[in-house]
Amino acid sequence: MNTSSIDAIANDDIGADKRRELFRLQVEIRLFEKRAYDLFLQNLVKGTSHLSLGQEAIAAGFAGAMQKGDLSFCTYRGHAHTLARGTSMEKVLGELMQRDNGLMRGKGGSMHLTSAEHGVMGSYAIIGAHLPIACGSAWRAQYLGQDDVTTCFFGDGTTNIGTFHEALNFAKVWMLPIVFVCENNLYMEYTPIGEVTAVRHPAADRASAYGLESIIVDGNDADAVFRTAQAAFAKARAGGGPSLIECKTYRHSGHSRADPGAYRPKGELEEWLKHDPIKLYRQRLADFGIAEAEIATIEQRVEAQVNEATEACKASLPPPEDILCTDVYADGGWAWRN
Amino acid sequence: MAELSYRDAVARGIAQEMERDERVVFLGEDVGKPGGVFKATVGLYDRFGPKRVRDTPISEQAILGAAMGAAMTGLRPIAEIMFSDFLAVCFDFIANEFPKVRYMTNGQLGCPLVVRTGNGAGSRFGAQHSQSVENWSMMIPGLKVVAPSSPVDVVGLLAASVRDQNPVIFYEHKSLYAVKGEVPDGEIFDTLGTAKILRPGRHATILALALMVPRALEAAEVLARDHGIDCEVIDVRSLVPLDTQTILESVAKTGRLFTVEENPRLLGWGAEIASIAADEAFYDLDGPIVRITTPHIPLPAADNLEDMVLPTPKRIVEKIIRSMN
Repeated sequence: MNTSSIDAIANDDIGADKRRELFRLQVEIRLFEKRAYDLFLQNLVKGTSHLSLGQEAIAAGFAGAMQKGDLSFCTYRGHAHTLARGTSMEKVLGELMQRDNGLMRGKGGSMHLTSAEHGVMGSYAIIGAHLPIACGSAWRAQYLGQDDVTTCFFGDGTTNIGTFHEALNFAKVWMLPIVFVCENNLYMEYTPIGEVTAVRHPAADRASAYGLESIIVDGNDADAVFRTAQAAFAKARAGGGPSLIECKTYRHSGHSRADPGAYRPKGELEEWLKHDPIKLYRQRLADFGIAEAEIATIEQRVEAQVNEATEACKASLPPPEDILCTDVYADGGWAWRN
Repeated sequence: MAELSYRDAVARGIAQEMERDERVVFLGEDVGKPGGVFKATVGLYDRFGPKRVRDTPISEQAILGAAMGAAMTGLRPIAEIMFSDFLAVCFDFIANEFPKVRYMTNGQLGCPLVVRTGNGAGSRFGAQHSQSVENWSMMIPGLKVVAPSSPVDVVGLLAASVRDQNPVIFYEHKSLYAVKGEVPDGEIFDTLGTAKILRPGRHATILALALMVPRALEAAEVLARDHGIDCEVIDVRSLVPLDTQTILESVAKTGRLFTVEENPRLLGWGAEIASIAADEAFYDLDGPIVRITTPHIPLPAADNLEDMVLPTPKRIVEKIIRSMN
């Protein structure tokens, strides 16, 4: 270890334990998503699915900075955010595989992952809908004097829908304790975001219209994300109102299961793979003096957990038919007439 | 007992619930300091303050989204959408968000809130501020749908809606805001999913909702007085849950069923009830089920034209006589 890394460790604001956690979370998301992809190919994951391969540092960095009781809202690309809050891999994978052991016993599917006990207040599949909903959560905290912060994740494509603009204005006018996080992975679905957006930075360049600071962060660097998240959470908890953070990143896979990503220019993926968040963070751990053996152990442990979750899900049955008509209304049933 | 207008009953109902439960909050456009564009929420801002009675920007999606997020996490919001026509600009929340969250999350989350909205014709506002759209929400599993016709029902059904654990769309009829009625003192609490027989009768059952209720009652008086037809008039009050029991019992007694609907013809609420009656009361019926509706056209602004399209007591009388003879 050289002198500069000893200095870095001495002045480190993040610390070895948090770094291990951020690394483990990223590895967990990476290996989980790869497994989800493999299970697609075996037709064991049904319906659709939207992977966060390449975007792991954002979910890990924000979740790592959250406190217990903080609430998160995410999109249909939500496996990462659901796992990052501590939801079990088995339950998430079970939902993707539409088994009885799934988070919602197969009633929601991959696009609606929710784990209220972990503060994961839903994955929303209509672009932009959850921005105002997250405002409501933050309003509740403000109204009741509770000190939790609400975080709302969304993609670059969301910045061109009305709810984005309504919610930002609303949150600022009411000074709500909320953090809006745009994961700009450069593509709205199949179309490059730059081709359909009037400004270069789809979220950050809109911030000034709502009296917010323009914040751009390297979304592939979990430390940078973590620090930015901490600052935004502290501001929100202190009554300083909302923040809008644009994280620059890249999704390694297509938009969804159906998309091989053929629209991407040759060489683009390869360039981004050089800036892979997990590769980068693995090196970061080494720079901060964490031994290779320990890093490898973390990876192996996560891999074993993914395998266990996979086996448990394969062994789980499809949901029983008797839940078909439950929980339509609050009385637990579906009766609309007497 | 006091005489109260329908609009004052709205404010009274909201105040009663805000007084009872600190978690009840109220938001919408111009609802606070201005007291609402229909003056239905006058006094609430002064009484409960800006923290609980909140004026919003013209952002219907933000209003309904914020109400939902607050409801999911512990508050009991009442949100106002000024004109029910505007539900179309925030319909994602009505159709996809409120009613699905409980089911999709396998009961982890709920959405106990009320959306109040000014519904219906009669104000000469034209096609985008006059519609009767209660049927838009009736067709969505997970919602409850209420439309009161009298001040006392406004208070009681609003209270029931606020205390209900489900999302309730509460349609207030704009042309009823000025109508007065007796409202008892003290707390009023009614039950969703209960129709009310307002006039017992032997020869025919007339179902009506909101503004069509007084018109159906007036028609029933004419039919009894001038034509010897004794109609039972039922205020449906709540489309979801639907009190089919009261309706079918009435049909069993009278043998005839008429619906009076302000919706345009296609798939107005009466179509569903007609279908239920055809399925379950066919052998009680002595003649066809007749729906009296607005024609399948956008609403005109001009007063003479608007008056032509809504069912009137005269048209109700004519339709029933023609069908009964």
